[in-house]
Amino acid sequence: MATVEKTKTKSDVTSGADIVIRSLVNHGVEVIFAYPGGCSMPLHQALTRFSDKIRTILPRHEQGGGFAAQGISRSTGQVGVCMATSGPGATNLITAIADAKLDSIPMVAITAQVPTKVIGTDAFQETPVVEACRGLTKHHYLVTDVNDLARVFKEAFLIAASGRPGPVLVDIPKDVQLDSCVPDFDATLDLPGYSFDDPQARPEQINQIAAAIKLAKRPVIYAGGGIIIAEASEQLRELVAKTGIPITTTVMGLGAFPGEDELSLDMLGMHGSVYANKAVDGADLLIALGVRFDDRVTGKVEEFCKHGKIIHVDIDSSELNKNKEAHIPICSDVKYALTELNKIVEPPEDIAGWVAQCKEWKEEHPFSYDASYPGITQQLAIHELYKLTRDLDPVVAVGVGQHQMWAAQFYKFDKPRNWLSSSGLGTMGFGLPAAMGAQTAFPDRLVFDIDGDGSFLMNIQELATCACEKLPVKVLLLNNQHLGMVVQWEDRFMQGNRAHTYLGPIDNPEWKGEGDGIGPPERYPDFVSIARGFGCGAAYVKDKADLIPALKAMIAYDGPYVLDVETPYQEHVLPMIPGGKTVKDIITE
Amino acid sequence: MRHVISALVQNVPGVLSHVTGMLASRGYNLESLAVGETEDQHLSRMTFVVGGDDSVLNQVRKQLEKIVTVVQVDDISSKDYVERDLMLIKVAAKDQQRAEIHELCAIFRGKVVDVGPENVVVEISGPEKKIEAFIDLMRPLGITEMVRTGRIAMVRGVNRNGGTEQ
Repeated sequence: MATVEKTKTKSDVTSGADIVIRSLVNHGVEVIFAYPGGCSMPLHQALTRFSDKIRTILPRHEQGGGFAAQGISRSTGQVGVCMATSGPGATNLITAIADAKLDSIPMVAITAQVPTKVIGTDAFQETPVVEACRGLTKHHYLVTDVNDLARVFKEAFLIAASGRPGPVLVDIPKDVQLDSCVPDFDATLDLPGYSFDDPQARPEQINQIAAAIKLAKRPVIYAGGGIIIAEASEQLRELVAKTGIPITTTVMGLGAFPGEDELSLDMLGMHGSVYANKAVDGADLLIALGVRFDDRVTGKVEEFCKHGKIIHVDIDSSELNKNKEAHIPICSDVKYALTELNKIVEPPEDIAGWVAQCKEWKEEHPFSYDASYPGITQQLAIHELYKLTRDLDPVVAVGVGQHQMWAAQFYKFDKPRNWLSSSGLGTMGFGLPAAMGAQTAFPDRLVFDIDGDGSFLMNIQELATCACEKLPVKVLLLNNQHLGMVVQWEDRFMQGNRAHTYLGPIDNPEWKGEGDGIGPPERYPDFVSIARGFGCGAAYVKDKADLIPALKAMIAYDGPYVLDVETPYQEHVLPMIPGGKTVKDIITE
Repeated sequence: MRHVISALVQNVPGVLSHVTGMLASRGYNLESLAVGETEDQHLSRMTFVVGGDDSVLNQVRKQLEKIVTVVQVDDISSKDYVERDLMLIKVAAKDQQRAEIHELCAIFRGKVVDVGPENVVVEISGPEKKIEAFIDLMRPLGITEMVRTGRIAMVRGVNRNGGTEQ
């Protein structure tokens, strides 16, 4: 103790704001998305003192900053960091925090708070953001003592990244930022209730899985985002190689297994493939790895894999038997379980007939679209983009809606972390900022945002960030002038009655669903002018013959770019299992 | 089914709000909740009574365990345990009724802690059924006011295989 005391000199006394930024540096943070305001000014001042170590990017909306931080987390596995001021700045971050929670994305969100003396007085720009975020974060802190800052940040990063990852919110009053102390960056953690040891499957559980696989006649693997988070994609591939079992992934699991592999059944669930859903329905053994039996996957949960035995491996024990009872529930780090399983697993005795059946379904019902359509369909645009860029190892972010599902269907991923999708919360406006974040992590890679016009408009301001920060994100904008997914449901379940799903002027007949064809020749808004106004490259394309050259021009462009593609709004994402229904109710046309 | 769950939590601001918010947002029904400090000043004890079948109980436990500030969760009702509820009850009492209340207090091992011209206040503790039986007896006399702490519970020193409540 004495020696420690001796080394503490006056120069070690550090302001709260500097302790925060030094903590970020200590945790390897290279980029932060931060929007300043009155209460967070000390933190921003401190950021300028560390500008050689941390790149501070000013998003044009706090929500964009939150999704950009997620773009880093999702594409690299590192903890992304975003920051906002108190009050409206903090509430603007909340959607991105909730989004990270539902998809188990490691993120540290920092918010400034009004000074401790005025907390609770309805001060200017005061919101109880920790109170609002309790159920939306993995953990949260309101730091009221500058001496706690170093420890809190150490804990925040560890909690965000360990176990089942998630967002951690740290709310820091302005006076705490301005206060100072001698920080102890090696402070002891105060987390008596949190374990950093990932649960591991017991040997007898591994034997149980191996025995079930050996005896299976119709096995299917159902793999999800947990595989990607656990960096267990390699082990998953080894399991498939050793056993020859067909595999389907969730939206979050895309890239965990090569989409082009012949044993890949692609995505399952509401807009999953016919063959994946049939295979799960017919399976006698479902091996569920890093998944949570979400309702968009299972449909009517009682009927899901009704006749099969279910093995469920997940790191979060509360997911086991939550939505669907498993016959063999195993709480384990999925990478550990797969590594151990691969040591002893033997292929099932005879599944040749079953595998042939799955392949036959795959040939019978491939993802398809009307190739004869005279213009450009969304599926065609995505498919052509895939053909042009498959070997370029791009990162692909998406918004939410039809285009997201079509991208999941027609863009095949062979590596984890190349597909960024707001899957659990389903937040429109996710695509552009997420792509922007990924671009900061990978300045030399191609990063796309495949977006719809509704989603794109929700965070379009981030084009300014892309242009000013020289982030050459490419936006493939599938513009159908409608909220396509809602339109699809209107068409299927509400007799096509348009209820505020047209994005153009209300005096156009489309507003009432009375238009025909593809809508008026004047598209609204003029995305090309908007993009150019932000300083991005842009082009508009509507003729099929121009699509490939336009895509090539976008890919070759040096800088951020928006390719506005005129697409029809009559297209539906198929196949489709309506909510709460089963594979027997699948709509294919 | 009724389960008594005990959670040891870090004694930090917001933990009560976090725990009850989680239970409410997931739709679990709390019959009773009591919170207080423990022998360790850094830790508090929350005792819940939750209704639901075993799968509900399991989810409640696991969701509680996921909260970072929750240190330990025990399903007390699966063990041999003691539970108590403390009540203060104000009952209308004129001269002749005071004797009757006194007598009942003696039987229930309650205590008259205040006597006024119009009413008396009784303090009584015990397991839920005892408290409720006492309330039923007081009802005809006229209950003016009543306050209960909610259940607190503890596993016995020697655990004689489960589920018997005293």
